[in-house]
Amino acid sequence: MERFVNFTGKCVAIYRANIDTDQIIPKQFLKSTERSGFGRYLFYDWRYNADGSPNSEFILNRPNYSDSTILLTGTNFGCGSSREHAPWSILDYGFRVIIAPGFADIFYNNCLKIGLLPIVLPENTVAGLAKKASSSDGLFLSVDLASQIITGQNFLEHFEIDPFRKDCLLKGLDEIGLTLEKEADIQRFEAARTSRFPFLNYPLA
Amino acid sequence: MKTLYEKILEDHLVVSESGKPDLIYIDLHLVHEVTSPQAFAALRSAGRSVRRPDLTFATADHAIPTRNRHLPIADKVAAAQIDALRRNCRDFGIQLFDLGSIEQGIVHVIGPELGLTRPGMTIVCGDSHTATHGAFGSLAFGIGTSEVEHVLATQTLPHGKSKNMLIRVNGKLQSGVTAKDLILTVINRIGTAGGTGYVIEYAGEAIRSMSMESRMTICNMSIEAGARAGLIAPDDITFEYLRGRRYSPAGEDWERAIEYWRTLRSDDDAGFDSCYEFDGSSISPTVTWGTSPEMSVPVDGCVPDPETITDETKRNAYIRALEYMELEPGTLITAIEIDTVFIGSCTNSRIGDLRAAASVIAGRKVSPRVRALVVPGSMQVKKQAEEEGLARIFTEAGFQWRDAGCSMCLAMNDDILSPGERCASTSNRNFEGRQGRGGRTHLVSPEMAAAAAIAGHFVDVREFSVNKALWKGL
Repeated sequence: MERFVNFTGKCVAIYRANIDTDQIIPKQFLKSTERSGFGRYLFYDWRYNADGSPNSEFILNRPNYSDSTILLTGTNFGCGSSREHAPWSILDYGFRVIIAPGFADIFYNNCLKIGLLPIVLPENTVAGLAKKASSSDGLFLSVDLASQIITGQNFLEHFEIDPFRKDCLLKGLDEIGLTLEKEADIQRFEAARTSRFPFLNYPLA
Repeated sequence: MKTLYEKILEDHLVVSESGKPDLIYIDLHLVHEVTSPQAFAALRSAGRSVRRPDLTFATADHAIPTRNRHLPIADKVAAAQIDALRRNCRDFGIQLFDLGSIEQGIVHVIGPELGLTRPGMTIVCGDSHTATHGAFGSLAFGIGTSEVEHVLATQTLPHGKSKNMLIRVNGKLQSGVTAKDLILTVINRIGTAGGTGYVIEYAGEAIRSMSMESRMTICNMSIEAGARAGLIAPDDITFEYLRGRRYSPAGEDWERAIEYWRTLRSDDDAGFDSCYEFDGSSISPTVTWGTSPEMSVPVDGCVPDPETITDETKRNAYIRALEYMELEPGTLITAIEIDTVFIGSCTNSRIGDLRAAASVIAGRKVSPRVRALVVPGSMQVKKQAEEEGLARIFTEAGFQWRDAGCSMCLAMNDDILSPGERCASTSNRNFEGRQGRGGRTHLVSPEMAAAAAIAGHFVDVREFSVNKALWKGL
């Protein structure tokens, strides 16, 4: 996983509640067996017209936002499917941070596994930031994961994150590697499971 | 003083360390073609193997065609993804229920059907509707591809504990009102993020009197309320469903299993972080009007007026949804004409769903303005429906009768809506573009979808005569 220590970038606001994974990346792009290259499909139905030409109305297609790297959005972002293609497409597009009043569970988890930082802030705060990002001045924010602080012009806010997840992000840890170190515990569990619940293993078909 | 969720967690705890999420064991890992290839590729590049291929089962369901299966798959990218699944299952020793086999079907239909799903288990799949399996009193939830890889390699997952929510449904559902109407009503009340951070346990008379298939419909859509998992304590209805299935325990194992399964219920004094009560008898057939599963009304209601909504975010969402759906506030739901009817998906494609739809359709014809298709949840369901004569009822009425798969629920194959097309669908998501760019989805029960197919617009199925002999009860 890519490490996340700190990051400074330009914000763009797509401030709308319940943006689901079908909006983030429509299903026709889930047939690839690759893990990269999904950035070009991010928000596809909003970014492109039906004929495939860019929709100039959509905010990411406006010149002053095309280099945005921090996404400000509404609550329950990422609801719907478990497709990891959604955070892959956001990261591949160039975003490193998403700030919202709330995230769907699976999406939130998926982000943390790939080094994309989802930050939950109060609704009023995100709404305020979204307003600034949409003004002619634009908005730049700096995120420091170790201290869990976001700073900007006249802005300083603390955010919460699970300490284990934070550690994994800061060090770019391979979680599977960490679990494999528990091999003895897993074996012990499996032995106990077989003796206590013999019916859990499947008969060979 | 424990909830069912806590009991299951406790029996699956591998390691607990302070400052880290608990590591839990996974009893069953279901795999499909769309969310697994990158996980297998990562295993290969790290030189890792699949720890328990005997607890891992695969099928192809999401991107496959539901007709002309004797021909090569026309979509080259989808074909390559299915080839990758075949290669991965072969190389890592995983049982694949492939296209062409009687076991093939939607992953959440075949797990229970084969007896792979059982009470008290931990079940994961790279698919959010894994919540379906919670109907058996198993902790079942969707995971992303990184977690798929984690489970393949270790048969475990780090699990941050969720909160406990209880949804009690008192009374009985009226005739013509289904599990689908109940869960849509629940989502409407608690909201599409209302269950975020929770595991929802469903209880009460209405749930207890439901068939396993109806319970699966309920748990399936827990994710649409934001909850990662839904749970229903197992009972005799559960055990009867599982008895004699292909992978179900047998003989002495069956007796031991039942003895354990009977302990799987929340203690009477267990603490829940959040509780809701519903009166089952007051629920009506329900139709979604918008682009989120929470946007629904009873069939005798009207499309709501955003101007009556005080919360600004919600009002904006309503305005946008009505624009996308091309609906005017105040329109009677029964005045909405439809172009397509889709009966299928992991929510409503089991034999009971098809019987219920057929009971409405029997002896009638699909409206000339409607394209209607039935996509059974599994090839086994398809076979059974053909044996029971249901397939004939559908085809004689003008429905297309397809092979098993996810199909138009997410339209990854060629079962897709055209821009502007309006669909009465028994699936689970009415998101913008879900069934095809510009397509408009209304979520309903199989009975309501069937009645809409006949009438060409929504109707209250309670006012429709049905062939009770076919219905057999759910």
